[in-house]
Amino acid sequence: MRYSALRLLREALRGNRGWERAWRDPEPQPEYDIVIIGGGGHGLATAHYLASRYGQARVAVLEKGWIGSGNVGRNTTIIRSNYLLDGNQPFYEFSLRLWEGLEQDLNYNAMVSQRGVLNLCHSDAQRDAFVRRGNAMKLHGADAELLDTEAVRAMYPWLNFDNARFPIRGGLLQRRGGTVRHDAVAWGYARAADSRGVDIIQNCEVTGLRIADGRVTGVDTSRGVIGAGKVGVAVAGNSSRVMAMAGLRLPIESHVLQAFVTEGLKPLIDGVITFGAGHFYVSQSDKGGLVFGGDIDGYNSYAQRGNLPVVEDVVESGMALMPAIGRARLLRMWGGVMDMSMDGSPIIDRTPVDGLYFNGGWCYGGFKATPASGMAFAHLLATDTPHPTAAAYRLDRFRHGRMIDEKGMGAQPNLH
Amino acid sequence: MIIPHPLLGPRDAQEFTYMGDAALIDRPDGMAEGAAEAFDTYLHARDNPAGLHRELWYHEAGDRSWLVVTRDTRTHEITQVELARDVARARGRSQ
Ligand SMILES: Cc1cc2nc3c(=O)[nH]c(=O)nc-3n(C[C@H](O)[C@H](O)[C@H](O)COP(=O)(O)OP(=O)(O)OC[C@H]3O[C@@H](n4cnc5c(N)ncnc54)[C@H](O)[C@@H]3O)c2cc1C
Repeated sequence: MRYSALRLLREALRGNRGWERAWRDPEPQPEYDIVIIGGGGHGLATAHYLASRYGQARVAVLEKGWIGSGNVGRNTTIIRSNYLLDGNQPFYEFSLRLWEGLEQDLNYNAMVSQRGVLNLCHSDAQRDAFVRRGNAMKLHGADAELLDTEAVRAMYPWLNFDNARFPIRGGLLQRRGGTVRHDAVAWGYARAADSRGVDIIQNCEVTGLRIADGRVTGVDTSRGVIGAGKVGVAVAGNSSRVMAMAGLRLPIESHVLQAFVTEGLKPLIDGVITFGAGHFYVSQSDKGGLVFGGDIDGYNSYAQRGNLPVVEDVVESGMALMPAIGRARLLRMWGGVMDMSMDGSPIIDRTPVDGLYFNGGWCYGGFKATPASGMAFAHLLATDTPHPTAAAYRLDRFRHGRMIDEKGMGAQPNLH
Repeated sequence: MIIPHPLLGPRDAQEFTYMGDAALIDRPDGMAEGAAEAFDTYLHARDNPAGLHRELWYHEAGDRSWLVVTRDTRTHEITQVELARDVARARGRSQ
């Protein structure tokens, strides 16, 4: 069923009785050409691009819970392409371009809203770094604008410009950045992939990988054995657990990241703002809630909830930046398990096991990557060669010293 | 989270900084055969289990000792805390 304004009108007049379910609920078949483990944004996007761009239809996505129950439904929905390093920036810019055409491609309203992402700076050195970053972005075809204090004040007069320790000296604005309705991304990709014959199988946990003579032949699941020509793993925070089924140890630690939403308020923030002197970022949802977050909790965790010290830390940063937030009441908070890599950048690569492919290490920034990650992973699965924008995301880059370390922190995941 | 320090008793986890897997105590010998491989594994590869995890915490805002804490990464329950010094010595380090 194609969604359109006409369809909406027709259904409105007919009491909305004609809507069909957006994707099927199939029984697993005994075998597929390609099995994707993980029905998050990345797994579902991979399936969509495999079917729509690479002509692969015998594809299944296996999800242990329901699709969207992982980080794709837990993030703070920010998209941007304001990276500095060569291995990253072309990939994230490619992703932003895919976001720009996503809703037409999927025939689904994912509420892609290019409302602008503003990174604030609070010192001369930070401003210099933003000039460099902005230039790097422009060299790769992205947009970037350097704002002075007055230009920031014109956008957000209520920010705390004269904070004694962290006065606002300006900002780097990417107008094409913004937010996207996260659940709709999972649903839109699922619906589009399903319409091309991909089986999306929920409540199907992968419990083992079948490997014979160094080659993957299928997966053990809570719903039986499923044969596979190739297996793509895209399980985010559970990457180490699933890859351990193939005897592999990854350059990844799992950490929890929290997010917060306030009660609905009148329109206050029409874009995304990030604080440059601490880790705090905030936007306002269409329902009016302020959506914000900050640092990861900082120690290995598979608990999808965080602890209070980080709540305090995030809120302190929020108060330093915008004291008005102190009047808002917090409605909800939650956590998601992040696959923190050793250099803060992702991995999309083959593995030492033939037919087994890995997509992970997204840290706290993989939502914006969803379309490009899906496209690059589909490309790798279908052609056995890396996608040009993701060629640096190799599993063996750590061994060869080709780290992509945006923050320059070294092999210490809780600092990225 | 409260960490029961072997010398100081229960301490708030906020007084500590976190280093990661306690396997980092077993630093490879840089002069040995295959040291490059060993250091790659040491620096980058992690077990990252969902369950019991032995990990290094540094009591930065306290007595500056390193601890090996055994904690469940699903529940944060702490079942054992040792001085990293004792663990390292038991493994033949810093004799
Ligand atoms: C609080 C928070 C805020 C964030 N904010 C942002 C942001 O503003 N911008 C941004 O770009 N990124 C953000 N992120 C990061 C982003 O959400 C993730 O990097 C990204 O969603 C990960 O990819 P995914 O969608 O495929 O993961 P997930 O949605 O987690 O998908 C993985 C799926 O695999 C399934 N799975 C795991 N093990 C198995 C198994 N054995 N068998 C079958 N299925 C399995 C899981 O159930 C899960 O559904 C944030 C994350 C969090 C938690």
